[in-house]
Amino acid sequence: MARRFMRFNRASVVCSVTMLAVLTAPSFAVDVAPICTPMGGEPLQSTSILSPISPPAREIHSLAALVVGVCAAIFIVVEGALLWAIIRYRRRAGDRGEPVQVFGSNPIELAWTVIPLVIVFVLALATVRTIKDVQRTEPPAGALTVDVIGHQWWWEYRIADEDGGPPVVTANELVVPVGRPVWLRLASADVIHSWWVPALNGKTDLVPGRFSNTWFEAEQPGTFLGQCAEYCGTQHANMLLRVRAVDDAQFESWRTAQAAPARDPASFAAGHSIFLRLACMNCHAIDGSSSGAFGPNLTHLMSRETIAAGMAPLNRDTLRAWLVDPQQLKPGCNMPSLQLTDPELDALVDYLSSLN
Amino acid sequence: MAIAGHAEPLPSSLTLGARVHSWVVSVDHKRLGMMYVGFGLLFFLVAGLEAAAMRAQLARAGSQLIDPTTFNQLFTMHGTTMVFLVGMPILLGMANYLVPLMIGARDMAFPRLNAFGLWLFIFGALLLYYSYIGAQGLYGTSAAPDVGWFAYAPLTSRTYSPGNSTDYWILGIMVSGFGSITTAINLIATILVMRCPGMTLLRMPLFPWMMLVTSVLVLIAVPVLTGAQAMLLLDRSFGAHFFDTEQGGSAVLWQHLFWFFGHPEVYILVLPAFGFLNEIVPVFSRKVVFGYSLMVAATVAIGFISLGVWAHHMFALGLSPEMNSFFAASTFLIAVPTGIKIFTWLGTMIGGRIEFATPMLFATGFLAMFTFGGLTGIMLAVVPFDWQLSDSYFVVAHFHYVLFGGTVFGIFGAIFYWFPKATGRMLSERLGRWFFWILFLGFNLTFLPMHVSGILGMPRRIYTFQPDRGLDLWNLLSTAGVALQAAALLLFLWNVVHSLLRGKPAGNNPWNAWTLEWATSSPPPDWNFDRIPTVGSARPLWDVANPHDPDPSPEAHG
Amino acid sequence: MTQLVAPLPQVWRPDRAKVGIVCLIVVESCIFLTFVVAYLFFIGKSSNGPQPADVLDLPPVIINSVALLSSSWTVVLAVRSLERAKHGAFLGWLLCTVLLGGFFVAGTAREWSALMTEDRLFISTNLFGTTFYSLVGLHLLHVVVGLVLLSGILLLGIGGRVRQSHVNAVDMVSWYWHFVDAVWVVVFMTVYVIGR
Repeated sequence: MARRFMRFNRASVVCSVTMLAVLTAPSFAVDVAPICTPMGGEPLQSTSILSPISPPAREIHSLAALVVGVCAAIFIVVEGALLWAIIRYRRRAGDRGEPVQVFGSNPIELAWTVIPLVIVFVLALATVRTIKDVQRTEPPAGALTVDVIGHQWWWEYRIADEDGGPPVVTANELVVPVGRPVWLRLASADVIHSWWVPALNGKTDLVPGRFSNTWFEAEQPGTFLGQCAEYCGTQHANMLLRVRAVDDAQFESWRTAQAAPARDPASFAAGHSIFLRLACMNCHAIDGSSSGAFGPNLTHLMSRETIAAGMAPLNRDTLRAWLVDPQQLKPGCNMPSLQLTDPELDALVDYLSSLN
Repeated sequence: MAIAGHAEPLPSSLTLGARVHSWVVSVDHKRLGMMYVGFGLLFFLVAGLEAAAMRAQLARAGSQLIDPTTFNQLFTMHGTTMVFLVGMPILLGMANYLVPLMIGARDMAFPRLNAFGLWLFIFGALLLYYSYIGAQGLYGTSAAPDVGWFAYAPLTSRTYSPGNSTDYWILGIMVSGFGSITTAINLIATILVMRCPGMTLLRMPLFPWMMLVTSVLVLIAVPVLTGAQAMLLLDRSFGAHFFDTEQGGSAVLWQHLFWFFGHPEVYILVLPAFGFLNEIVPVFSRKVVFGYSLMVAATVAIGFISLGVWAHHMFALGLSPEMNSFFAASTFLIAVPTGIKIFTWLGTMIGGRIEFATPMLFATGFLAMFTFGGLTGIMLAVVPFDWQLSDSYFVVAHFHYVLFGGTVFGIFGAIFYWFPKATGRMLSERLGRWFFWILFLGFNLTFLPMHVSGILGMPRRIYTFQPDRGLDLWNLLSTAGVALQAAALLLFLWNVVHSLLRGKPAGNNPWNAWTLEWATSSPPPDWNFDRIPTVGSARPLWDVANPHDPDPSPEAHG
Repeated sequence: MTQLVAPLPQVWRPDRAKVGIVCLIVVESCIFLTFVVAYLFFIGKSSNGPQPADVLDLPPVIINSVALLSSSWTVVLAVRSLERAKHGAFLGWLLCTVLLGGFFVAGTAREWSALMTEDRLFISTNLFGTTFYSLVGLHLLHVVVGLVLLSGILLLGIGGRVRQSHVNAVDMVSWYWHFVDAVWVVVFMTVYVIGR
């Protein structure tokens, strides 16, 4: 018996290890996608929901602590009782006959109906209170208003100008002042997306044909990451979010720079004419040159840190690789490969990298 | 015993063709039930392979093993398959097999409708999988649906889902849904009409009770999905605008309709498993279930409340605070009857003499894992917490604890429990124990780390994840867990094959159980019972075995 | 088995055909409810094309409704006649039912054809067209299924194949037909009263 047991043990271990190899080896045998080049720059904030840096995320965090505490207590009681039953009431060698049959007990049954009712009642009260605090229907006082529009698979931001001027339009990277509430009005240009930067707030969906809102207030400077949280098609996985919180002065200078007209294309005439001649201008806006709206606004392209909705750091090399074949970096995305010759590529990269 | 039948094995001279033919034309509830379970297990393997492929891709950040479109098809098909082609047929199939036997009937109320339901299901399933061969996708190549199992509009519109893979999804599910509806009607009629003399509703074993409530939920929930899918089909094929947001249609309407089906569906998938536990836990604890009436009441309560909780899948949508509060409250409320069930099983075990045979191992595993999944469910009902957790891997972990740790463990427990009845042979206990423990370890290794991935900000349904977010270790662990589960399932398959051929003969009642299916032979004859039995309590065989201590018969009215 | 209890309690066992048909009616009601909810949800949300008040003509629909609802009465008379083995009356009332149902289908066809040719309202025109044709069409589909069943019984009856002993089966078809009529009341209220 013991020998059979051992032999069997070995068989199942061999089986498991084989399976493990079958499942993991292929992934390690294949090259990783180019996104895996680490990005330099300042340290990024964690995407964990356990490191809130904004009032709503903080409130959710403390409510969560309460709920997890209650659930952990229930878990310990129930699983403890289960363990006790398993150990104490298992059949023993000397057992004969059947145990005493107990058909139920009104007081006990009443207890395990009423006590859970009381617990969930308390949890419901705490929940309703926090909903009221976190889910605002009006913008908080003094909030900066930003329209967020979800596209397959990138984010458009339109930062309102308090003085009634045109909004600043940018893509994928939102810059906000530290310590000031930001009111997001969410809409979608195509399918449902969801805006989720865990450190700032929970997620809120962007639904076509409908507006929703959310808000946050970055309490310290830093770059906060997140990503689309509602399945939105092929490249859902690479619809990344990046929010940079900076102090007031930096924010104002950023905003002024973004509101400025685009760099004069005169010295990059070759690249500029390629941009106008090819399909680029149908989708991409560059202030003064084109007004396409299907792709990100490129007026101040080089002020951004990343390309392809946060997939790779933005520099001349990645920009050029992107223009050669976007499908290489982001398979299935809506930008076609433009089939440019090398000189054309150089000219276009020269022009685009002048847009700062 | 007089009511025991004797099995009449097929003459071995029958050709293979004749044997297959005899199954295809069968209207016997036992054969139909076994075919349901067989097809369900087949699709379980398919869905398992799909899951393994996804985990292989997610073993490391930025892996390029599987391209995004294929990955999106994999999770769509995995979810759709597990819910509609694994959970539903196995559970309905077990009910098909067991309910008539447990209530002392010779067949279901409508045997031919029963066969019709099975073949509708099979046809729907094949239609869905035919999409891998026949559907045209984005680039004119063949393609499976890639819209996710809940197929949110407007991603399913012609614009964002060109080709016809989504139509295969709609039609496949619709057809198999009709199959589920016919089976549900059949079960209700069988349970109400075909009970043997003396079996009032309150003397019925608890499994048929769970199936009665489940079937009523199927009647109410599945048609709503059918209706919504008909609308989607009209949108896609005839230019209607139900979910066309460009023309004033509503993406939110789809979510309301889908989840009005979708949440009761979760209970449709778990109530029958509760039913398995209600049979297994008392028999192996050698003790009557603790609080039969409250168990029935809790089941009915779950049925009712489950129709009013659907919008808890939509908390991130930005519904009004009042709506969010209402659905949070109703969701909390449903935790109470669910808790009652867990306490009832604990109460049954306490004071018993528990024998941990494989069915009881799975039942105990169910109790431990389902409790955990239920508690994370409470966390998800806390709306603000849900804003962080929903659509993350935490949710993936949660529903796998409920549906795998719960339903699938229940199914395996039930297979080990009733296999001797259906085949006349015992499954190997030794292999069964190994199977349980490896599966239990693999399951936890896969899904426990997913809670962490979710808390660290990993959304579900992504084909690759970022390397800079601390997710690598947790994902690798999840993949490793799948390897263990795969190994466990190989053991199970071997156990089934081996025991079918060489298993120990079972006899009529190998577990000393108390319900009527154990009163007849293993396997039962085509007519189930030589003489229709008469019962005086919910445990007729207990009364026979312990004539000095029969169960008190409840004052019965119905 | 040893008889342990005497006397056996009375066990409630409804008729299986009735249970089946009631379940079917629950299922159908849920499907209709889905389309009714969608109809109510989209009332007044069509930004272009014909609006309900402009194109829906009440008088013919009311005549139609009277025809359909009275067919519920004639089918009851048919079943009663069969119960009493009056075959002539049975066939006569059944024929009335089929004719009234047929009148309803023809009336709807007239209405639809006017909507499509004169008012250019199609399923793809706007949300009104989408919800109108799908809800009314879903009901029409049920009327047609009911008519097929009733005509089948009628033909069998003319051939002398329907006997008094079949009354339960015929009664079940009549239950379905009553359901189709009852749903029409809901559809009528939704489309022609609330939606207009």
